[in-house]
Amino acid sequence: MRKSYTRGIATAFAVIAASACATASHSTSSAAPVISQPTINPQSEAAAIQQARTDSLRRPYTEADIRFMSGMIHHHAQAIVMSSWAASHSASASVQRLADRIINAQQDEILTMQNWLRDRQQPVPDATATGMTMTMGGMQHEMLMPGMLTAAQMKQLDAARGPEFDRLFLTYMIQHHRGAVSMVKELFDSYGAGQDEVVFKFASDVNVDQTTEIARMDKMLIAVTLGIQTQ
Amino acid sequence: MEPVHRLHVRSNFAVASLASLTIGVAALMAACAPATSSSRASSIPPVNMSPGEPLPDPRVGLRAGKMDAAQAVWNLRVVSQTPPAEHFVGVTNSDLAFVGNYAIQGNYNGYQVWDISNPAQPTLKEGYVCPASQSDVSVYRNLLFVSGEGTSGRIDCGTTGVKDTVSKDRLRGLRIFDITDISNPKNVGNVQTCRGSHTHTVVVDPKDPDNVYVYISGSAGVRSPNELAGCIRARPEEDPNSALFRIEVIKVPLAHPEQAAIVSSPRIFNDLTAPARHGESPEDVAENKRQVAEAKAKGGFVATIRGTEQVLPGFIITPVLDSIVKARGGTGAAAATAADSNALRAALPAMIARRIGPEPPAGATRPGPTQCHDITVYPAVGLAGGACEGYGFLLDIRDPAHPVRIAAVADSNFSYWHSATFNNDASAILFSDEWGGGGQPKCRSTDRREWGADAIFRIVNNQMQFQSYYKLPAAQTKYENCVAHNGSLIPIPGRDIMVQAWYQGGLSVFDWSDPAHPHEIAYFDRGPADSTRMASGGFWSTYWYNGNIVGSEISRGLDILELTPSQYISQNEIDAAKSVHLDYLNTQGQPKFTWPATSALARAYADQLERSKGLSADRLSQVRQAVGGAASGANAMQNKAALGALAAQLDADAGTSSDGARVRLLAATLRQLGG
Repeated sequence: MRKSYTRGIATAFAVIAASACATASHSTSSAAPVISQPTINPQSEAAAIQQARTDSLRRPYTEADIRFMSGMIHHHAQAIVMSSWAASHSASASVQRLADRIINAQQDEILTMQNWLRDRQQPVPDATATGMTMTMGGMQHEMLMPGMLTAAQMKQLDAARGPEFDRLFLTYMIQHHRGAVSMVKELFDSYGAGQDEVVFKFASDVNVDQTTEIARMDKMLIAVTLGIQTQ
Repeated sequence: MEPVHRLHVRSNFAVASLASLTIGVAALMAACAPATSSSRASSIPPVNMSPGEPLPDPRVGLRAGKMDAAQAVWNLRVVSQTPPAEHFVGVTNSDLAFVGNYAIQGNYNGYQVWDISNPAQPTLKEGYVCPASQSDVSVYRNLLFVSGEGTSGRIDCGTTGVKDTVSKDRLRGLRIFDITDISNPKNVGNVQTCRGSHTHTVVVDPKDPDNVYVYISGSAGVRSPNELAGCIRARPEEDPNSALFRIEVIKVPLAHPEQAAIVSSPRIFNDLTAPARHGESPEDVAENKRQVAEAKAKGGFVATIRGTEQVLPGFIITPVLDSIVKARGGTGAAAATAADSNALRAALPAMIARRIGPEPPAGATRPGPTQCHDITVYPAVGLAGGACEGYGFLLDIRDPAHPVRIAAVADSNFSYWHSATFNNDASAILFSDEWGGGGQPKCRSTDRREWGADAIFRIVNNQMQFQSYYKLPAAQTKYENCVAHNGSLIPIPGRDIMVQAWYQGGLSVFDWSDPAHPHEIAYFDRGPADSTRMASGGFWSTYWYNGNIVGSEISRGLDILELTPSQYISQNEIDAAKSVHLDYLNTQGQPKFTWPATSALARAYADQLERSKGLSADRLSQVRQAVGGAASGANAMQNKAALGALAAQLDADAGTSSDGARVRLLAATLRQLGG
């Protein structure tokens, strides 16, 4: 009963809405869009059930998953620092475009990793281009993730300008991406890892995206080494 | 006037209240208001928008909500919105396949079979729990195929995952179900593959009635040879049996699906360096070609580097030329003769090899992709479009077990080539770029419009020529994952119209009949699933099937929408589209549309000719009158004569019309209508 009543009202108002719009927009034959705002209350319960199911369906995650999602935050943070120099270090247009895309992609991915860790009450690393703190034999070590640039390499890149920056940037970013790809391999080689849907998808995306980008950078590096401007 | 915008929703789901509708009407008025202002008429709409598209865009700023987000709809009608069935709530819905009155919706927990014979009220026929990512689905006759890629998929369809890195319980590959009784599917076979199946494509060979083929695309890691014999992770240079750089072709005997097996692993990526200039946008490629041609004309120096001709700069050439001239006692580079230049040209390959290493022999290096993400086959024309990581491929599939690459394109604005759609006459192909993998918000106002977009190419002599990009014109929030995703053609005769899913960007219907100027003509969008953070949701795929647009919403379920007439599509065109009936549809196995000769078809062509001004008003009115007479069932003999005479007149008109091909289509339709 209640259902058919509200539905009737809904239709009536929609009709008013549509005709109001038709009148208002007679100068153009294009109809204006309808915006509907369904009520909240009947839905919140369904949304809560959905969230609960999403939570309960989460597969158990392992240390390897956590290590990957934490370590990759630092890894990405360094790629962003390197890429942010393109604008100030007189990179060529094609390297600048590549750097812009790396910044855009990896900033978004850092949020994905941070959300994943936060949802599981794990420590959420800041996006700093440092190593990951690891405790080994009672001692704390800061360990750079595979492919990350050493302090000396970062200094060298920061000092370069123009074509030399392009060459170093591509060389080091290929090294950096290869490290990320090896992190994915290590993840999937670990017992019980990658069962979580988000981890599997994210790690697989990192693998294919960065493998694809390595191929692209390889080609760019040849052009840069020969001094051929492609822009 | 028939109200064209009603929001019909299932009463047990999104029930609209009086209060919220009042808000809706207010917002609607606001949205309408700018349409009357004269300033807007002259303003240029944003890229990919139609001139008449409402501004400001009502998709911007929609209220968030998992199941109760605000919605904006333009030139469409929402027919139904159905939440997922119990065992699939909260788990990712994926792709769609159709057979008869059923829509089969993949889900990371299995698949749901919906009876959509009443689109206003889809009913669940079967919910089959069998976890696998991504559960990409296809049908052929009594068979259903489901992809499994993730490491947690189990052969027994269990829900506990597989922890061991090597396990006999793991399923990565293709599951085959007999759906003779669709409410009781039977798992009749599985084909395991080295990299699992991210997506797959069913290929029907017109010459082979006993078998069907399935192309497997899997971009995930190669499994251990201890789990599946013969899976080699090493690159092909190290081991010729590498599972990388190939696709798998499975042959399924229709009488014995349990005997399905891999019959070939074509290495369609071989020798990719030669045909494609990888990593550059088409503009860059064109510019490079121009420079090469110019340099050659002026006697400059050009070298082939990794398969592509490049102009060598002066600072490399001059010192060498200098030393060649001095070696024969000359003064320097400025005094170089033709003989000196030729000597340098002969020395160039060795010189370049010293700097960057020797040019690899053909086939020896593989800088390109190791896999395709998805392949769309178009058996009616013997072609397939392969979206393969950093490349878009055109494949010859006339021998389905042995696809052969015939062209490749790359584009520096493309991150990840995701899927392909041909237009109906295969004169153009559209590739999508799933930049960020689908989980990231790539439609913000700050994201470049050529990134995460579609790229449209003309197909000329089996080569692809870039025309334009298409990207959802409405900016989305940072909490909405949004990028180009799965879509299908809508069979509007004589035009290339497509509906495409953009995750939480909603769905966009656009016209790419002119491949250089694609523009949006209808849309539907919801607000973000969550207003405080990124929460996965949005359309995985939106496909036209027998008159409706069916959308698979990742978290919200199954949506069905209907086109409504507008200045961009007439009711006659919609009626003609609805006259196309398919028995089944796998969108990645593209069917060729043919239209039965109906009065709607003739009227649709007439409407298009009115729009293109390809026929005089008088002639159009004659056509509509004659078609009306035929439809009313008046004297058949008289009609035949009248339609025949008109068709002859149209044939004559076609010669002088600016839209002659369409006039001929109309003439042919009139003749068929006459019988």
